[in-house]
Amino acid sequence: MIKEEVKKKLEGKIKEWFEKNPRRIYITIDKKDLKEVAKILHKDLGMRLSTVTGIDNEKNFELIYHFGKDQTGELFNLRVFIEDKANPEIDSLVSLFNSTEWIEREIKEMLGVNFKGHPDLRHLLLDKDWPEEEYPLRKDYPLKKGYPQDE
Amino acid sequence: MSKERKIIPIGPYHPLQEEPEFFRLIVEGEKVIDVDIEIGYNHRGIEKLSETKHWDQVTFLVERICGICSTSHPLAYVLAVEDLLGIKPPPRASFIRMIIAELERIHSHLLWLGLAGHFIGYNTVWMWAWKAREPVLDLFELITGNRNHYAMMKIGGVRRDIKEEDYSVIKKTIKELYPQLDLFKKAVRDDPVIHKRTKGVGVLTKQEAISYGVAGPTARASGLKIDVRRDEPYCLYEEIDWQVITTEKGDVYDKILVRVLEMYESCRIIEQCVDRLKPGPIEVEVREIPPGEGIGRAEAPRGEVFHYIRSDGTNQPVRHKVRAPSYMNVASNKFAVKGYSISDAAITLAAVDPCYCCTERAVAYNKNREKIFTGQDLIKLSQEKTKKLEAELK
Amino acid sequence: MGLKEKILTKSLWVFHISAGSCNNCDIEILDLLTPRYDVERFGIQLIGSIRHADVLLITGAMNKKSLKRLKKLYTQAPKPCFVVAVGSCTCSQQMFKPSYSMQAPLDEIIPVDLYIPGCPPKPEAIISGIVKLIKKVNR
Repeated sequence: MIKEEVKKKLEGKIKEWFEKNPRRIYITIDKKDLKEVAKILHKDLGMRLSTVTGIDNEKNFELIYHFGKDQTGELFNLRVFIEDKANPEIDSLVSLFNSTEWIEREIKEMLGVNFKGHPDLRHLLLDKDWPEEEYPLRKDYPLKKGYPQDE
Repeated sequence: MSKERKIIPIGPYHPLQEEPEFFRLIVEGEKVIDVDIEIGYNHRGIEKLSETKHWDQVTFLVERICGICSTSHPLAYVLAVEDLLGIKPPPRASFIRMIIAELERIHSHLLWLGLAGHFIGYNTVWMWAWKAREPVLDLFELITGNRNHYAMMKIGGVRRDIKEEDYSVIKKTIKELYPQLDLFKKAVRDDPVIHKRTKGVGVLTKQEAISYGVAGPTARASGLKIDVRRDEPYCLYEEIDWQVITTEKGDVYDKILVRVLEMYESCRIIEQCVDRLKPGPIEVEVREIPPGEGIGRAEAPRGEVFHYIRSDGTNQPVRHKVRAPSYMNVASNKFAVKGYSISDAAITLAAVDPCYCCTERAVAYNKNREKIFTGQDLIKLSQEKTKKLEAELK
Repeated sequence: MGLKEKILTKSLWVFHISAGSCNNCDIEILDLLTPRYDVERFGIQLIGSIRHADVLLITGAMNKKSLKRLKKLYTQAPKPCFVVAVGSCTCSQQMFKPSYSMQAPLDEIIPVDLYIPGCPPKPEAIISGIVKLIKKVNR
């Protein structure tokens, strides 16, 4: 069973294991273990990184790395919290997956999380002239600057 | 030709490309060395907008992420909400969802096949494929009331029922589609020019396909057997008899072949679904969305659509993350065009069936002044190569 | 309308610009060229270079990035040319209006001659719109 295998391989690194249903498993891990855990899931257990979700929880940032086991259909979601709101930083996974290159660029421009070791953190979707230090997906950013917000 | 490095800009407004995107091809002589992809011309900020709409409105918002996958996104979204709630829609609703989703796959693949034909200079293929696509759109209009943007999905079920007298129309349309598909299959399999233009071109190896995390037909053409419909059967795909199509080489030819063969499977799925439609409710009532999180995955024509939602118990999502398949597939072009001739670039870039609206969701110098090549020249180059090959083969 | 505009209406050459659309209007525009609608029989042709354009068909909700390109493209178009806004997004930005990525609706940036609303407008609606434009010019 893949779940037991994951539990065994990640022993000592799992801070919280939550099974919402048999196909949706949420695993909370520490920030510093991310690269190692991702490597185990991808290289040893043959999982595919679907995407990374970045969330601004106001008190901290949360990144969820969605790993899919394609043969059996389980989705393992690695949850990582970044507590330092003023200077959020986390290891980049570009050396493991080419696909994270764009994903991390997007999270950087939308949430302002810095990825250590990413070769090129230019804007991906936003314009070149987009002001620095303005991150549209943060909760304190209005939907549109200068636009009347209806409550 | 000199070995000087030059940059060829393609786009953002490229002839007959429906969407704006910008590729910088770095070439030496005629060989493509590297490519830089710039996107964002379609970015509409849908993820942020979604946080200001209530749960039912979001269905319509995500529908407008993309005009071609306009069922896949709402489907993945409602599956995400249903995952949060832990409910399942009634069987009739599931079958209706599948019929719409598979019809969409047929119309999308035909659309792409036509454009691919155009890129290699076979405008006849373009016209024929789009002609064959029209009856499918008519069917959509009959069932849902609109040619595109069907608005069929709803949290807990579907918004509209399929009338009993329409069953025969669906079956008739699908039956008439088979000979058309045979025609395309024959054209792709037997035409020596298509073989010459597409075999061994734009190869994406299995290794790179895994690393780029590609999805859908692009992955399946490279020999990766992934399909959300089989891996994590949503709706009622597990009850239907169908196959995942894979090929091994990962070149443009394989990508065409996978899509053509997939249309047959879609036709088979639709026929079985229509047969199994039994009278019954089409939705379950959903009153409140409790706090929690949910993930929905659906197989769009281009691959896995991924929606993540989080609720805090209010009537709006706190976070809604959308990942479209083209997001991964387009990035893989960085690998696939390298080392091939520029006249092959147009078809290679198009072979992943890129959908920038999806990519940028929320996803050039125009006719550059340095006078090297323009985008138009690129298509012309590609079309001339086909003509040359045709003459050689005669 | 002047003589120049009247001459234009004999055979319209159309350039298509997508500026942050959802793709649907663009596909319906391409659909016009294919066998069922086939507007080429009226001399309407989709062309690849803006320098030959008589009509600009614009789709999409105008985000900041494509807006810059659009302004540039408009200056490159030979005048007189007609600007047609295809789809509800182009006409009024619709549900995308409050987004951080949007700046202003199309008609605040360049003059628009014809609005074709719909999400997406049917090909018939687009043809009917173009016919109305031609009639208006010839009057």
